[in-house]
Amino acid sequence: MGRTLAEKVWDDHVVRRAEGEPDLLYIDLHLLHEVTSPQAFDGLRKSGRKVRRLDLTIATEDHNTPTLDIDKPIADPVSRAQLETLRKNCAEFGVRLHPLGDVEQGVVHVVGPQLGLTQPGTTVVCGDSHTSTHGAFGALAFGIGTSQVEHVLATQTLPMARPKTMAITVEGELPEGVTAKDLILAIIARIGTGGGQGYVLEYRGPAIEKLSMEARMTICNMSIEAGARAGMIAPDETTFEYLKGRPHAPEGADWDAAVAYWRTLRTDDDAVFDAEVVIDATELSPFVTWGTNPGQGAPLSASVPDPASYEDASERLAAEKALEYMGLAAGQPLRSINVDTVFVGSCTNGRIEDLRAAAGILRGRKVADGVRMLVVPGSARVGLQAVSEGLDVVFKEAGAEWRHAGCSMCLGMNPDQLAPGERSASTSNRNFEGRQGKGGRTHLVSPQVAAATAVLGHLASPADLTDAPAPAGV
Amino acid sequence: MEAFTTHTGRAVPLRRSNVDTDQIIPAHWLKKVTRDGFEDGLFEAWRKDPEFVLNRPERQGATVLVAGPDFGTGSSREHAVWALQNYGFKAVISSRFADIFRGNSLKNGLLTVVLDQKIVDALWELTEADPTAEVTVDLQAREVRAAGITASFELDENSRWRLLNGLDDISITLRNEADIAAYEAGRPAYKPRTLQV
Repeated sequence: MGRTLAEKVWDDHVVRRAEGEPDLLYIDLHLLHEVTSPQAFDGLRKSGRKVRRLDLTIATEDHNTPTLDIDKPIADPVSRAQLETLRKNCAEFGVRLHPLGDVEQGVVHVVGPQLGLTQPGTTVVCGDSHTSTHGAFGALAFGIGTSQVEHVLATQTLPMARPKTMAITVEGELPEGVTAKDLILAIIARIGTGGGQGYVLEYRGPAIEKLSMEARMTICNMSIEAGARAGMIAPDETTFEYLKGRPHAPEGADWDAAVAYWRTLRTDDDAVFDAEVVIDATELSPFVTWGTNPGQGAPLSASVPDPASYEDASERLAAEKALEYMGLAAGQPLRSINVDTVFVGSCTNGRIEDLRAAAGILRGRKVADGVRMLVVPGSARVGLQAVSEGLDVVFKEAGAEWRHAGCSMCLGMNPDQLAPGERSASTSNRNFEGRQGKGGRTHLVSPQVAAATAVLGHLASPADLTDAPAPAGV
Repeated sequence: MEAFTTHTGRAVPLRRSNVDTDQIIPAHWLKKVTRDGFEDGLFEAWRKDPEFVLNRPERQGATVLVAGPDFGTGSSREHAVWALQNYGFKAVISSRFADIFRGNSLKNGLLTVVLDQKIVDALWELTEADPTAEVTVDLQAREVRAAGITASFELDENSRWRLLNGLDDISITLRNEADIAAYEAGRPAYKPRTLQV
């Protein structure tokens, strides 16, 4: 019987398989950042262990880093101490680090792909749940806890139980104005925040094949929000084209050998998935969340649901609590929800294509009075690219704040936070209570919806903009 | 890791689904670089409400958390497990746990027990009606017991063996050094490297 993409990559990394034990899996790439690594390095020190494969390990700073005044000492002493701890640990153990201010610094899941380190058929781990992003290349990539970070540092392996596989087949073509973010939000609303639990998801079908690498990363990034540790997309010409010439992509004969292998990384026709979901792309429209978990979403054209409409008692209670926290009433049209803040950025939507999309809508327009808009590139390189295309000028002329790279308001570990009761439209991945700041209220949206919302001051899609943008330079 | 064999204690019924790790321990606590001192951050936002179940005097000293489905979703932060342990919890019961949280808990000796929602409902009813009711989580017998309730649970034999003996994963893996070295010798040259060595 044939095998799925996930099974092929898994099988190629089994170091040891024994009855009654989890498989011991080899890890090709280990990404580190400041938040989930200090206790792991401490563990190595206590047991007198070293980093086994420095050449498969790389670190950057992202969660705590400020997005303003990055040339000055970091104001928050606790954040500063954590970044200094990472610097000391990397120096002591010999790990390559891209610190704040370095041209390769940025959100760890943006940095790996842009350096060409994330490659098809590799296993990628990081102490961050959004490691699923790298699955867009046909890598088996998943988030791990700090104990596992220490385990990978020491052994370059992880004992793992073999996951089940789920196909998410997206038929048809995404309608004009519907993005990868809308698609993944709709998928999560369909299967639920626990629907992918225990599975590796494989996104496939005509709508997926047409997506750019950036869009594929947006999709795989949010697999974890459906409960799946990993999401994957089979590598194809789009993948190879993206990788060719990147700093760590193979060259010459190695490139040819790699591509020959990568071409084998497709689910066999006779392979059987443990579960299958089919989505009709043509039925989709811009999608936003109204609640406090990423599964609580609906088309922008819909209204806030009535908790009484849920049959399941636990879902009903969750919806009631969500509406209370979000300050929303059942039946309220989603388009009528006003926001205070718009955030464009994160490992979900902080890549160049996302910034281009938001800028394309803001060009010649203004952010609505009373709305604060933050644009945070996913990496320093993305920021430089945006500047070279003049996107920073577009954002600034529209009245948005153009910032330096980092995780920023996605989780508010740095000063970029919502105040209690403030409401955001955010291109990030989590609308949990307090995620963007204590008492903050988050609506997850695409970059296009974020930009249109910034202009109109309420949740909106670009189709709602009836004005003609001012000519360039005015 | 501390070994887990069996534990008996009072319970905290937490009638919430989708308790994400941002609720268990908010991000600003993640700046700490130790594995301890997270107890005050546990459910920090909810604890501002004096009526929140954890704040009730009758729940002080409780050691078993009984939560709704999809406990531990979201961020991979192991700090969520440390916060629960630092506060004094020894076991968490739910009908469904998020994968990463579950893995983290079992690596730290916090036993996460999956039971049918019906049993969770029964445990809620029992411990809400009688806050002094004790719940036993017995890993040797793979059983949860409380007044009028006996429910067996599943846990794979390997995880159970590691928990019962408090074994360190890294030492176990390093026994397979020869296998790891052999695998490394066969890795293709085109695989990515972060450094030239």
